[in-house]
Amino acid sequence: MLEVQNISKVFSVPRKRGQAATDERERGKQFFAVSDVSFAAEPGTILGLLGPNGAGKTTLLRMLSTAIAPSSGTAVVGGIDIVAAPRAVRKKIGFLSGTTGLYGRLTGAEMVAYYGALHGLKRPEIEARMERLFAQLGIESYAHRRNDQLSTGMKQKISIARTLIHDPEVVIFDEPTTGLDVVAAETVTDIIRTCKRDGKTVIFSTHHMHEVDLLCDRVAVIRTGRCCFAGSVAEMREQTGEDKLDRAFLRLIGHEEAAHA
Amino acid sequence: MRDVWIIFRKDLIEVLRDRRTLLFMLALPLVVIPLLLEGAAYFTLEAERKAASETLRYALFEGDAESASVPGLAQALADNDGFEQVAFTDRAGITDAVAGGELDFALVVEDVVGAADDQAGVQYRLALYYDNASSSDKARERASALIATLSERIRATRLEALGIDGSGGGQQRLLEPIQVTARGAAEMRAFLGEIIGRILPYFFIIFCYLGALYPAVDLAAGEKERGTLETLLLVPVERHRIVLGKFLVVFVAGATAAILSLLSLGVWVGYRASTLVGDLSVVGPVLRSIGALDLILIATMLVPAAAMFAALLLSISIYARSFKEAQSYAVPLNLLIVMPAVIAMLPGIELTWGWAMVPITNLSLAIKELVKGTMDYTMLAAILGSSFVLAGLMLTFCTWWFRREQVLFRA
Repeated sequence: MLEVQNISKVFSVPRKRGQAATDERERGKQFFAVSDVSFAAEPGTILGLLGPNGAGKTTLLRMLSTAIAPSSGTAVVGGIDIVAAPRAVRKKIGFLSGTTGLYGRLTGAEMVAYYGALHGLKRPEIEARMERLFAQLGIESYAHRRNDQLSTGMKQKISIARTLIHDPEVVIFDEPTTGLDVVAAETVTDIIRTCKRDGKTVIFSTHHMHEVDLLCDRVAVIRTGRCCFAGSVAEMREQTGEDKLDRAFLRLIGHEEAAHA
Repeated sequence: MRDVWIIFRKDLIEVLRDRRTLLFMLALPLVVIPLLLEGAAYFTLEAERKAASETLRYALFEGDAESASVPGLAQALADNDGFEQVAFTDRAGITDAVAGGELDFALVVEDVVGAADDQAGVQYRLALYYDNASSSDKARERASALIATLSERIRATRLEALGIDGSGGGQQRLLEPIQVTARGAAEMRAFLGEIIGRILPYFFIIFCYLGALYPAVDLAAGEKERGTLETLLLVPVERHRIVLGKFLVVFVAGATAAILSLLSLGVWVGYRASTLVGDLSVVGPVLRSIGALDLILIATMLVPAAAMFAALLLSISIYARSFKEAQSYAVPLNLLIVMPAVIAMLPGIELTWGWAMVPITNLSLAIKELVKGTMDYTMLAAILGSSFVLAGLMLTFCTWWFRREQVLFRA
């Protein structure tokens, strides 16, 4: 279970006196990257996090994964507050980004075992989980090759194994299919479905509306740091009066002309 | 500490699989110092051998009259196998001929002072032209030695004629009523250690810095660039433990590079120094006279240096957004590290309580004193203590720096 409660993030902006603001979210020397965002995601469901580039999605996901602290508000992950106990939250969260983020000079197996150990798992447990995950992802044949010798699709699968090694309750996928071919992207979407089937809470950030249509139960749309919609995919269609999701999305973020094009 | 160990072990494996790190941490320290010393020894001995055995071309200009010729000089020069007279008659062009390498030296009898019937005899005033721009002074030395021998012979003959016998040292006592033998108070180790000890710390410090450089850049800025740092920040481990694991790897790399350069010097001294001859023959005994305790202390001095470099480089690397940016910061920092080490190399800079408070310079000067065998151990303890405190402060800053969002997620 994930509950986001009025979460905000403000950054300081180094600006000279008299210099005009370049973004509507800038006030004085402060930049309101995320403002007062709230939504919830249930276990066994997939929540699609949508928004144009620069809307604040990455900042929001960084706060939820406890990489950065919120300026105000909070979120509760599996019953634990991210502000009060960020380390405990990290045990319950898995994070996969579009950039595979692998150690090139390690093998996949070494890297996954490393993350397992850092999550406090014992060696036999790590071995057992690795065996299961590698079989599930079909990476046994190259798990002992150095990561810098793997293709993008192979790297993304290793990255998925790294994300899931500690069996997190909440899994965040931040544009995980970016740059992948159709076959590799299909593997990722299969994993997202598996996570849902296993009862995990899945947050899925993407720009591809067909993936949202295919996978997501609920959607949260972020626009200029604020949540402008939170509801089911059907509600998104109903509220905007658009049957096609990409048009519904454009309408929600204020691109009326593009929605009618 | 389990988390620190896990991070340390993984990062160490990773840097040991990096060829650049291996080059700067292992290969260069092992090879460069013996190579430099071997090169210096070879070129010095070769220059000495060449200067001593080379046939020197000379020209002699004496007066036409017999009284204007130094008796026996032409013959002495002709009899010496190391000299060869060349047909050179242009007296006005001597300087150019010597500078141009046509002549190695020229002797000109410029004046003859005194009368032939004087009891003391005449004095021949000679000018010796040689190339004083050359690094080797052998032409002047060898010509002067020959003239000194001839001069002594003429003097002895004249004194004999005056009834002063050369046997029993009578002539010597007459010419030198007071004889002074200068005895330097410094031992050979202290004397040569002053020279060698100026250069060695510089190399140890540089290798220590270079050894730490690539791991530091790779383990922070490199991880940022590859996107692995962000995933690492999401593990349930305190951030100061993450940075401590990384710091230890960088520290080990720097310390290893410095200690290996020290070891390679030791191995070179053990196997090669006893075979050195000529002016370099004293180097071996001097370096061998550095005791095991002093060597351990020199290695100990490099420990806080490695810790300081590790903390400093890691802080810079954490701040940088990419590998390239971190490297661009490390280059000017290199100068900042070299400067205090260079200060210790300057003549007249000795280890005082003032210099003992200057980081890096104090370590370099202390290493010099240890090489010379003249270390004040109270001062050594103060330097070690202050260096460890400084390294600790820098590490504290590094961990604080690593916890800052503005640094980790710099836009």
